[in-house]
Amino acid sequence: MRRMMLNGSLVLTAVVTVALCSFSWAQATKAEEDRRLGMESHIGKLTGHAAAAQGTYRRYCVGCHGVLGDGEGENAQWLDPKPRNFTLGIFKCRSTTTGTLPLDSDLFDTIGRGLDSSNMPSWNPLSSQERADLAAYVKHFSARWVTEKPGTPIEIPKKPEVTAERLKAGQEVFQRVECWKCHGPTGMGNGPSAATLTDDQNRPILPYNFHDGNRFKCGTTDEDLYRIFMTGLDGTPMPSWSDNIKPDEAWDLVFYLRTLQPMKSKAKEIARQIGLKPGAPSAAPASAPQQ
Amino acid sequence: MKARYKVAGMISMLLVLAMGLLWSTRSVSAAAEGKITGTVKLDGAAPHMKGIDMSKDPFCVKQHENSPAHLENVVVGPGGGLQNVVLYISQGLSGAEATQVASQEPVFDQKNCMYTPHVLAMNVNQKFKVMTSDQTTHNIHPLPNALAGNIPWNKSQPPGAPPIEASWKTEEVAISVKCNIHPWMHGYFVVVKGPYATTDEKGSYTIENVPPGNYTVTAWQEEYGTQTAKVTVAAGKPGTADFAFKAK
Repeated sequence: MRRMMLNGSLVLTAVVTVALCSFSWAQATKAEEDRRLGMESHIGKLTGHAAAAQGTYRRYCVGCHGVLGDGEGENAQWLDPKPRNFTLGIFKCRSTTTGTLPLDSDLFDTIGRGLDSSNMPSWNPLSSQERADLAAYVKHFSARWVTEKPGTPIEIPKKPEVTAERLKAGQEVFQRVECWKCHGPTGMGNGPSAATLTDDQNRPILPYNFHDGNRFKCGTTDEDLYRIFMTGLDGTPMPSWSDNIKPDEAWDLVFYLRTLQPMKSKAKEIARQIGLKPGAPSAAPASAPQQ
Repeated sequence: MKARYKVAGMISMLLVLAMGLLWSTRSVSAAAEGKITGTVKLDGAAPHMKGIDMSKDPFCVKQHENSPAHLENVVVGPGGGLQNVVLYISQGLSGAEATQVASQEPVFDQKNCMYTPHVLAMNVNQKFKVMTSDQTTHNIHPLPNALAGNIPWNKSQPPGAPPIEASWKTEEVAISVKCNIHPWMHGYFVVVKGPYATTDEKGSYTIENVPPGNYTVTAWQEEYGTQTAKVTVAAGKPGTADFAFKAK
């Protein structure tokens, strides 16, 4: 009899343990979910709440980015470039250094701007509050925002005046750091390495062609252009140059790159006056393999 | 009834024993340090390593005028020794031993448009250096699994650029690293806990600073995967473990 009771208590202990474990596990997952849904974004005076974006996300974003935010929505198979996988916490358009999380305002701006030459449209028709909420919702998919802080934004000094000297210096930077290896000697996106570029998921990807007049993926202003090559576009072959291009040289390069684009600009006007031509750089092979 | 009792009793005995074992391996003093040595061989004919077409970059072509470059996925030395195999202790280290970081800083050089070494092993949180000896621009683009804790980054390194210092937060065997500008440039960072070693051109290795105890050693090769072996290190008597990967 005593043995039976002992035995019974043993079984009971086991059952209770298992029950408690699964209960606390369920609680933990629920707690984690609640905590993630409590994610906020702060853009200036705006505060976005992830929980408030659930409906908006389901209405506008889920088709491509998927219920889990992993970029595996039902439309994803038809798209190129592929929708972003938010669970990795890796983004092209950042003010912060390579390998770090972007600022909330970077996500907010990307949602509003859309990504040119991709299927991501501008979401400016949504209210700024809705976009702030979505930025928080994007964050809630990756645990990185629980454990890490966004990186330090790179500093962009005040834009100097465009001069002929700066344009020539910019061309020298373009040749010295060998932008042309991918973007081509004249910026047409046809450099010797262009044909073999792949993104982090090993999918083919094209370098930007400055001559086709498309907007940059991460903004249109001179400051945006400065930021793009200094921070690099994470997830793509475009590396960060902030270690190797000084702030002043970076502005020279910005001005030179503007002369390659078809749009009117002061830099382009000066380049025309001094007869600055984007030429094959000295280090480039005379017969760069055309692919 | 009785049988059930016995089972419960045995399970608890086993648990106590296991805990005891764990404890005893923890308490081994790190003062009397030994080592683990051995060789890693390829069993079978060495696979053909394709030549590399570097014509995209004249600088790279020039560096290999007299010594054609080949892929380095499987590098077999005299006597069938496998180079670039990383050996590390996957079981048996105490918490303190596992968090100890090797003192020598690993260096990853970009030389003649190749990675030297092709595989670089290091500890979690150990600072390592990426440098360039080339007169052509490279970009260093490690691709760890972001979901597992290490975050990818992508930095440029034009000629004469200062070395990049970095480290990894968690174990990962292995992190693929590539140069987008020179698509043939592809190597690995192997991030492990505790003492480690990489095989030389003869396929031999020595894991230094291993306290006496019982261990599982894992050998990792990028094409052939991993193999493990049980090793015992006694005071003044190094443990040995030889590995042989079968050629595909």
